[in-house]
Amino acid sequence: MNKETKFTTEKRPGNISRRTLLGGMLAAVALPVEELFALETDLAIPDDPTKAPGPGPSPLGKRSGFENPVRKPSDISSRTPLQDLHSTITPADLHFERHHAGIPTIDPGKHELLIHGLVEQPMKFTLADLKRFPAVTRTCFIECAGNFRTGKAEMTPQDILGLTSQSEWTGVLLSTIFNEVGIKAGAKWFLAEGSDAAVMTRTIPLAKAWDDAMIVYAQNGEAIRPEQGYPIRLLLPGFEGNMNIKWLRRIELSEEPYMTREETSKYTYPVKDKIRMFSFEMDARSIITYPCYPQRITKGYIEIRGLAWSGRGKVSQVEVSTDAGKTWEITKLQEPVLSKAHTYFRYLWNWDGTQTEILSRVTDETGYLQPTLKQLIEARGQNIGGYHMNPVTAWQIREDGSVFFKPENYTK
Amino acid sequence: MQESIRQMKKRSLFIFCFLRVLILLSVDDAFVAAQKPQSLTDSLKKPVVKFGFGRLATGAEIAAWDIDIRPDGKGLPAGQGDVKKGKLIFVAKCAVCHGINGRQTGAEKLIGGALVSDTLATSRTKTIGNYWPYATTLFDYIRRAMPYNLPGSLTNNEVYSLSAYLLNANKIVGADVVFDANNLPKVVMPAKKLFIMDDRRGGAEIK
Repeated sequence: MNKETKFTTEKRPGNISRRTLLGGMLAAVALPVEELFALETDLAIPDDPTKAPGPGPSPLGKRSGFENPVRKPSDISSRTPLQDLHSTITPADLHFERHHAGIPTIDPGKHELLIHGLVEQPMKFTLADLKRFPAVTRTCFIECAGNFRTGKAEMTPQDILGLTSQSEWTGVLLSTIFNEVGIKAGAKWFLAEGSDAAVMTRTIPLAKAWDDAMIVYAQNGEAIRPEQGYPIRLLLPGFEGNMNIKWLRRIELSEEPYMTREETSKYTYPVKDKIRMFSFEMDARSIITYPCYPQRITKGYIEIRGLAWSGRGKVSQVEVSTDAGKTWEITKLQEPVLSKAHTYFRYLWNWDGTQTEILSRVTDETGYLQPTLKQLIEARGQNIGGYHMNPVTAWQIREDGSVFFKPENYTK
Repeated sequence: MQESIRQMKKRSLFIFCFLRVLILLSVDDAFVAAQKPQSLTDSLKKPVVKFGFGRLATGAEIAAWDIDIRPDGKGLPAGQGDVKKGKLIFVAKCAVCHGINGRQTGAEKLIGGALVSDTLATSRTKTIGNYWPYATTLFDYIRRAMPYNLPGSLTNNEVYSLSAYLLNANKIVGADVVFDANNLPKVVMPAKKLFIMDDRRGGAEIK
């Protein structure tokens, strides 16, 4: 028997075909089957991988055919499968998306950034120009300001708040570029504009540029993805995702805000009898990503795991409750804990097999404790809207070990 | 002899330190004040020097891209438009996504959402009439992003006319209004009084 025949699928007892195995796994977790089958190769799965050499190196790596983390797309966004991730970095192809007029195709050789308005010298920078400036790398999350879904028990972290992702971004500090053009006295705000078909605009306080804003061209070490703003995007650590303008082509310095459509008719929300605008920082939030729906747990030790973050700085503490919020225990945070970054927490729990609820809540370095939905409604009123919602999220554990989201009444 | 060499060494060390302090002081105060002296090879510590990367933008380049409109009217172009013309354009280019007369009528949700309603803040559907705080935003947004399938295709006069039609349909201006760069920023939107800036700055309060 030569190697060629050894690698073909043999129909004999005990030799499971890849298709059968993948199909079986999929049926168990109810994922879209057709997407997985696109990954299928002609390779059979050997009974013993130590008895024949495998395929050699390739120009571009792929995920194991047994793994299939996927975003959940709608017409306007796609959500990160947070429950499939084991640490804080989101693989670039799983970073959430939110576009307002699709993803533009931009020739990086032709792309230019214009900076004008209240500046000493209006200037244009090519991508090559931007890459010549001293570079900085920063790991932080980006979260959409409209990132809360509820309503039924059969929801995963991806369904509830999958519009948050984290990358290691590389680019130039906006302060470096602003120093280059020279900012005139009187400038207090700047408009950032994308070159997508929505020509997306947001106004940003100038102080953010002197603090930690960046123009980034790389994500997790490589050029940023088209859906993340290729070739350049604005990065505003901790600020609502919409302000991190993708496909950035223009910045205008101004004495006053522009009151663009996105910062007035969108990304604003009722607070009692008023409408609150210019909520830039994302409030501290956490969620348990294991165990969660649709997993099933068994009695004994369970390491509760999850993510916590704050747009205002570092996570200082994450607590979990395994008795439906009666008592709280402090979790172990995975170092390094970075400012304005997803932070992984873990807590070892010995489940005795009785029905309960598990919850997490984060405290950030400003002393802010993640609120419950009830607290948010008390503070803002019943007609609370869908933006800047960061309530404590509970999972119901049933006696049979099944885990379900605990949806709460909520008027949008 | 040995003594004097030692003194010279001492002196040169002192001069070196003194010069080093001078160099550091010449760097932007904001950087130095907050931090301990760092390596002078740190590329981010030399922003007082212009790098000379990039080039001056021409007036024509700025004019080609500078399409934003501020609430005070800065950026509004020449031209004008009225309600009647606006209605014709709306029927031809907008109604397919935003509904007949800009209203949500049937059970099927409009692709682009309703634009017209009463001006009550308590209304369930957010529209220009009950939620938009500035009329200038309407001009800015229509011109840059609409219609969805052909963004940037409308003339300035068409955008003025659509603004007139939509503000009239929302009962904010009369049917005889003719908008231009002078009077569009003067429109007082019903929702303007409702908007407040977020004043939260971290801390324990849930607000």
